[in-house]
Parts: sequence; structure tokens; C-alpha cells
Amino acid sequence: MTKYVLKRIGQSLVTLFIVVSVVFLLMRLLPVEGYFGDGYDKLTPEQRTAALQRMGLLDPWYVQLGRFYLNLAKGDLGTSIIYRRDVPVLEIIAPRIPYSVYFGVAATAIALVFGLALGIGMARKKGKTVDKVGTGYIVLVNAVPSAVYLLFIQLYLTSFFSLPLLFDRYQVKSWILPTISLSLGGMAGYAMWMRRYMVDELNKDYIKLAMSKGLPEKKIMVRHVMRNAFVPMAQYLPAAILSTISGSIYIESLYSIPGMGGLLVDVIQRQDNPMVQALVLIFSSVGIIGLFLGDILMAIFDPRIKLVKGEGSR
Amino acid sequence: MKRTLPEAVDPSLFTFAEFDENASERIGYSNYSYWRSTFQVFKKNKVALVATWILVVLLAFTFVQPLLPGQKSPTKINIDPATQMQMRNRAPDAEYWFGTNSIGQDLWARIWSGTRTSLLIGIIVGIIEMVVGIIYGALWGYVRRMDHALTEVYNVLNNIPTTIILLLMAYILRPGFRTMIIAMCVTGWLGLARFVRNQIVIIRDREYNLASRCLGTSTWRIITHNLLPYLVSVIMLQMALSIPSTIGWEVFLTYIGLGLPVSTPSLGNLVNEGRLIMMSPELRYQLIFPTIVLSIITISFYLLGNAFADASDPRNHV
Repeated sequence: MTKYVLKRIGQSLVTLFIVVSVVFLLMRLLPVEGYFGDGYDKLTPEQRTAALQRMGLLDPWYVQLGRFYLNLAKGDLGTSIIYRRDVPVLEIIAPRIPYSVYFGVAATAIALVFGLALGIGMARKKGKTVDKVGTGYIVLVNAVPSAVYLLFIQLYLTSFFSLPLLFDRYQVKSWILPTISLSLGGMAGYAMWMRRYMVDELNKDYIKLAMSKGLPEKKIMVRHVMRNAFVPMAQYLPAAILSTISGSIYIESLYSIPGMGGLLVDVIQRQDNPMVQALVLIFSSVGIIGLFLGDILMAIFDPRIKLVKGEGSR
Repeated sequence: MKRTLPEAVDPSLFTFAEFDENASERIGYSNYSYWRSTFQVFKKNKVALVATWILVVLLAFTFVQPLLPGQKSPTKINIDPATQMQMRNRAPDAEYWFGTNSIGQDLWARIWSGTRTSLLIGIIVGIIEMVVGIIYGALWGYVRRMDHALTEVYNVLNNIPTTIILLLMAYILRPGFRTMIIAMCVTGWLGLARFVRNQIVIIRDREYNLASRCLGTSTWRIITHNLLPYLVSVIMLQMALSIPSTIGWEVFLTYIGLGLPVSTPSLGNLVNEGRLIMMSPELRYQLIFPTIVLSIITISFYLLGNAFADASDPRNHV
């Protein structure tokens, strides 16, 4: 197990290194307006070249990459140019992290609990009303673009439940709808996978044997079906984390939540290159860490992975 | 080479046999046909049939609409002849079926024009994803020497959230039709490639492929003739689902401000225009009409794709 985790950590670090480098190099293709702010049009071409030179943007790409990693080691991600001029990027981002973490964690937890419950309910009552309503919900969430249904949730549910339209940190009511909105996609995903795996498992011979020897249904469900179904569910967790990250970008911007996702939209619209770069790197790293945790979780849940390594008591 | 019976054999000695079910049972004859069974299973799914009909009618109408009499231009700004003012935000009536938008353009015409644009993006992206996904997945699964390198490339792309890649591409390149297609193609093929690879790894070492290789069949021919036919169902599913997802990404990119220029109507543009004025209830029709058309299209494609994937899976054939 330890060996597997260490190997997987190494793999993640290599991936992280490649991703960060590739993203950084792609960023060199950005439109240069993003380094000047409002004054771009007033400058002569010579002044622009001089300014780029000063920022070290005309150096060969490997020099820039090396310098970037050196600064990164010192915890320096550059300074904002347009969003808040000459303020270090980290200083802008730091107060926003708690919001993103809260919404991400809360939404993932809600999606996990209610999604699994819905999936289990659907599989046990296959073909009944619960199953049909649940399927309708899954189809709707998967087929209709989230950019559309989230907009309608904001538009109609806020007035229906008389909740505030925009986020306000001092008003607890305004936290509810963004959290739920963010969990809808993941919930549908969990419900769909859980139902599919449970239905598959229920058709297997060992379950039929357990039933025919008179084991109570509850025991079969808990001891056999769910335990086995959790393995692929753990595999789905990283994908759910990735989709929560994506969702947060839209939802934070929609509800004006002062988190990192909304900030990314903001700085893209204002073309602030160092900010875009820092945020893209942060989001990519979160994605890699999410996938890593998912793999570790699966190793914990799946007894077969331990058996292969010759460890574990089962 | 055409063979004829030798002159000596008298054709009158032979007669055609009648089809006999009992006899065919004994020798294990089966008139199973893959595509016919697929079609039969598909036909049993009533929801999917309805979705198919809705799609056929809707798509036909989308492309016929500009040729119908009395249709307005999607980009013309209509001027009221009495007051010489732009006919802004006119509620739906007999003249403008879906009303006009904030600068007096006909929403009905814009919606159908936008649907054409969005479908075109979806189809182009779908085809590119399919080609790239199949080629990449087939090489990845079949050519062992490339396995390591291709896995690394997959890991790197798969580890970054799709949204981030999309934003990055759209931000680096100038917003526009081509940018949008390139950005969506960068990640769209990943899922298909992984699936193709896994399937090919499973079936590449079966006996018939071993036999083929021993007989000196080329890799290309083994991939195209022995392996790919197994993957038809997933490929079709991917194709059908890429249209709802491209439409979704387009709406998202437009919201961020990296979408198509406003002069090109698209579903993303229309939803975004509607969003800007959604706070006044009497103008909400400008958000609701495009959303309805968009939702009908995406839901139908989604249902159709899933139903076809189920139907084309031989395990579901009786």
C-alpha cells in the first residue's frame, strides 16, 4: 500500500511538472495587451518592446521557464497588472481561497450523500416512480447545459423562495442556493453510476444464491451489493471533483461570490495575464491533486488492489 | 472468377430447398444480423423514437426555414416605419413571432440562424473528436511501444479540468468560430480515446487476431477490420453526445466573453443576450425562447445517443 501511494505521488508530481510547464509555455502565446493595462494604445511600438524587455518576456522560453520555477520556489506568482495594479497575485487570491474551498467541499459532500442515496433508492425500486423521477432528473441535468439550467435556478428559485439574488457573506440565506446549484451535477453523476452498478450487481449469481439461501434483503444490500458498488464509485470521485471545479467558475461568477472561480472569469475579461496564469496553474494543480486522492481512495476501498501487493488481512 | 456448372451436370436434378425452422435449429443456423437487431431494439424504446422524430422535424425545419416565404433576416435591424425608430424589445405578436431583441432584430429568425451555427459547430467538433479519438485510441491500445508516451499525453490533458483548457485556448487565440472549434477539440476526444484503447487491449489478443497476425495481416488492416467494428456503439454515442456538450460549452464560453462575435447569431449568443435583460420580467421571452429550442435539441440528442448505444450493444440483442 505504502509503495503504491509513493509511486502514485511520484507520478502526480511528474504530471504536475509537465502540466505547469505546458501551461506556462502556452501562456507565452497570450496577446501582449494583457501586460500593459489601459495605456496600451498610447505607447509607441518601441516603448512596448522596452516594457516587454523589462518584464523579461522577450527572453528565450527556457530562461523564462527557469525564472518562473525559481520564483515559484520562493512563493512568488507574479504581480497583477490590470485587476489591481502591482499587487502580488497571491495577495489577491489568498482571501478568496476559503470561499472556493467551502463551496467545493460542501457541494461535493452534498452530491455524495444525496447522489448515492438517490442511486440506491432508484436501484431498489427499479421501474417504480422513484426510478422514473430520478432518471428524469439525471437526463435533464446531463442533457441541458449547466450554463442554462443554473441561470434559471438563479432567476426563478431566488424569487420563488425569496432568497437574495447575489451572494452576501453576512447573509446566511444567500449561501444556500449556490451550494445546492454546485452539487446538482455531481449528484446526478453519483446517482447514475450508483444505480447502474447496483443493478449490475443485483443480477449476479452470488446475489441470487444469497437470496435463495434466505439471507435478509437488507443484509445482502449492505454486506454485498453496496460494498462492491463503492469501488467504482471511488473511481468516479476525481471526475466529480474536476466537475465541481468547473462548476465553481460559472456559479461563483453568476452569484458574485468572491472566490477564485469568479476571479478567473473577471481577469479573463480584463485580460490580466499574470492573474490568468496564476489561477490556471492553481486550478490545474487542484485537478491533479483531486485525481490523486481519488486513486488512493480507490486503493483503500478495493480489497483486490491490496491483495495484489500481498498486504492486508482479507 | 465466375464458376459455372459443368455441362455434364443436369440442372433439373437439383431443386431449391424450403426454409425449415426445425432443420435449421438442428444445424445451428442463425439469421442474426447485427444492424437489424440493433434497429429492432432501438424501435422498442418509445422515448427514443419520439426524440428521433422531434430531431428530424426540428433539423429539417432549421435548414428549410430561411427558404420559407415571409422570413426575416436574422441580422437586419427593423425600423418602425411610423416613427423611424428601432423596434426595440417588441413583445411576440403576429408580425414578430418571438418578438424582437434590444436593437430590433427578429428573434424568430435569429433563433433558427443561431441553431444552424451551433449545430454546425457541434457536428464539426463531433467529427474531429471522433477521428482523433479513434486514431489515438487505436494506436494507444494496439501499438505497445507507444503505450507509455501516449498514456503520459493522456494523463496531462486529463488532469487539467476541461473548463480550464477551454478557457485557456479561447483566451490565447482570438475569439471566433475557428477558435471555438479548436478549443473544444483539444479535450473532447479524450473519453473516446480511452474507451477505444481499453476495448482494443481486451480484444487484440483474442485468437482470431493472433491468427490474423500470423497470416501477415498489416496492423492497419487488423485495426480497421478486426477491432473497430466492435466499437460502433460507443462511437455513435460519442457523436450524439458531442452535440449537446458543444452547445453547452458554447453557452459557457459566450458567458465568459470568449464566444462568437455578437454579429453571428448562435444559441450561446442568444442565451447570453437574454441573460443580460432577464431582470425585467416582460423581456424574459428573449431568454426563454432560445432556451426552449436549445433544451429540446440537447435533450433529444442525449436520449437518442443513449438509446442507440443501448441498442447497438450486442448484449441487449435477444
